[in-house]
Amino acid sequence: MRLFLAQFRRELLIALRSGTDAASPLVFFVLATVLLGLGAGGALGLGVIWVLALFANVLAVEGVFRRDHDDGTLEQLLIHARPLFPTIVGKLCAHWMLSGVPVAMLSPGAAWMLTGATAGAGILVLTLTMGTLALTLLGAIGAALTVATGRGGLLVAILVLPFYVPVLIFGANASTAAMQGAPTAFPILALAALLAGCLTAAPFAVGKALAISQEY
Amino acid sequence: MAVGDDLLVAENVRCAVGGRWLFDGLSLTLVPGGLVEVRGANGSGKSTLLRCLVGLHEPDSGTVRRNVDGLYVGHRSGICGRMTPVENLRWTVGVARAGTPTRSIEAALVRVGLGDVGDDLCDALSAGQQRRVALARLLVCPAPVWILDEPLTALDDAGRGFMCELMDQHRSSGGAAVCATHEDLPAGPGQPAAAVVRLGR
Repeated sequence: MRLFLAQFRRELLIALRSGTDAASPLVFFVLATVLLGLGAGGALGLGVIWVLALFANVLAVEGVFRRDHDDGTLEQLLIHARPLFPTIVGKLCAHWMLSGVPVAMLSPGAAWMLTGATAGAGILVLTLTMGTLALTLLGAIGAALTVATGRGGLLVAILVLPFYVPVLIFGANASTAAMQGAPTAFPILALAALLAGCLTAAPFAVGKALAISQEY
Repeated sequence: MAVGDDLLVAENVRCAVGGRWLFDGLSLTLVPGGLVEVRGANGSGKSTLLRCLVGLHEPDSGTVRRNVDGLYVGHRSGICGRMTPVENLRWTVGVARAGTPTRSIEAALVRVGLGDVGDDLCDALSAGQQRRVALARLLVCPAPVWILDEPLTALDDAGRGFMCELMDQHRSSGGAAVCATHEDLPAGPGQPAAAVVRLGR
């Protein structure tokens, strides 16, 4: 827990000092929503918000380890942090607080803009909050694998987007069902199960991928 | 197995990078108070050897036994430019915790000559100052083994002076170090001379 907090605080501090860097995926989400709302407002479903959140997430997570790799703090972390698990979770949670949570909080506004309705906004926020955390954890595996190649970007997107699909399906399904007043228990529980799986397994995969990335 | 006192033992280590052999059958033993200097031309594998010793790189064959904690200061400083030296060192203590800090972060910064820039962002510091921040890690997180990749790079004369002093103190208190270096690290009075490992042909 101490390791988790030390890493969590550090990441928030760096992100706040980086300002615009940290905010750019969020800006992408807002801009894309506004443009889609203006271009095709009222004709779109909530699935579009999920797709936008997913792209915003890839944009954000793709460089999550780059700075640490470049300045050598990643080496220090891999050598000294024992266990590695809480520091990785701390880092990714801080990252999610700044990228996923704001997207989830803004989603009712986006829903209103795209569909003209706000029914089921609570479920939308809930599922996006869970979904973006799962996406961040999955995406971090791709980011960790590519950190030393210096070529993140599209490569990360190709690597991780297939794994995003289940989260997208259950998340969009729950949000749409909530808007139509249909039962939402199953897709929400399925999403929660995915999240639980990601939380327990992904940090180990990230740690292993980071260790491999340090080999030449 | 290991002789009780050996801090770090490498046996028959072999490494290739990108299909090119760097070293083969390399063995070294680090005893308390010892200093091993790794020498060789650029590209001869000094950094790779050190990365094997700290466990960042898996040797192609051979074994590395780390019997005690080690601290690594590599080419990349391990210092985040968006944080101040004090914040960087606090994080180091937070995650590394290689023993309890023997002295405060502020005292360590004064010792490496950065007492007045402790609260500036590291991005605003010079290369030599950043290297000093990295070396201050050796003071706040004491560990019996230091593994240093060209510790004198970017340091001025005063910096080299205190680095040699730190090394002497470290060795006389039973610590040991492996240094990749192009320059002599003068051993203090009463210190055994450094063992030298030469890489390359």
